[in-house]
Amino acid sequence: MRPYVVTDGRSHPTRNTFDLVTLVMAHDDRPLGGLSPEKRALMELCLGGALSVAEIAGHLMLPVSVTKVLLGDLVDSGHLSTRAPIPSAQLPEAQILQEVLDGLRARL
Amino acid sequence: MDSALASDHGAYGAHPDGGVYLRRTVRTAAKILVVGHFAVGKTTFVGSLSEIRPLRTEETMTQAGALVDDLAGIEGKTTTTVAMDFGRLTLSDSLVLYLFGAPGQQRFTRLWQDMTQGALGALVLADTRRLEQSFEVMGLLEEHGLPYAVAVNHFDGAPTHPEEEIREALDLLPETPLVTCDARDRISSTRALISLVEYLQTRTAVQEHV
Repeated sequence: MRPYVVTDGRSHPTRNTFDLVTLVMAHDDRPLGGLSPEKRALMELCLGGALSVAEIAGHLMLPVSVTKVLLGDLVDSGHLSTRAPIPSAQLPEAQILQEVLDGLRARL
Repeated sequence: MDSALASDHGAYGAHPDGGVYLRRTVRTAAKILVVGHFAVGKTTFVGSLSEIRPLRTEETMTQAGALVDDLAGIEGKTTTTVAMDFGRLTLSDSLVLYLFGAPGQQRFTRLWQDMTQGALGALVLADTRRLEQSFEVMGLLEEHGLPYAVAVNHFDGAPTHPEEEIREALDLLPETPLVTCDARDRISSTRALISLVEYLQTRTAVQEHV
């Protein structure tokens, strides 16, 4: 299917807050009736647990740009919420790097 | 590579390697790029390290390299698809690391903006038989201001060279780490990533003291 069919011809999400590794969580108290098949599939995937934007695109086999449009709509309708990849205000990069390093060394 | 993963595990929850989903306690997602020229081993490297079966995302672009963002206007234009393979490593209860294997061509510049945004750094995979092919991707990283380390991926039968020769051939800065790795091997690939992150740490320390 051409991507613009899925998104009603739109190429930009309603919000510009999605990075490839923005974490997405679904709210299980929102009705799924009335959602397009793609949005319903996205919700069914996300209701299982948290995933990044890139993982959602990969599982649904949709381009990232199309996935972002669908995610924007579903955040607007209260079906999903997001968590910024790195809450930079609280976590300076030095701390992230140390945690990444510790985690990698623990895998050796 | 099989990208039809969604159908492989039904309701997404029953992946044989463990959870498809993130731990509930994860709060932070970090991103590192694994870049290099065609067939240098990016997908293999990501696959060795990932706890999930690597996933693939695709973007549609015009042949000229623009991300197709005016979808109504692309009828009749030639488009091409760019694939990125990526994987995931849960490093602690609260932290997850994503590795993105990305093509290193200049013409995918919009894709690069997306990928480099928020990335900690990049690991450049290189092949001693085709060192000159690494220049384009190294140039792109410098253009985007993303720090990197170079890992020479060991291919069976490829010539080995002294480090100094490789450094010179790649025109590396003295501080840029150069390591060798076997992208098929999890431990070896982990060590290459560690070299990159140690380097990123020294850079951060320097910046904080300026």
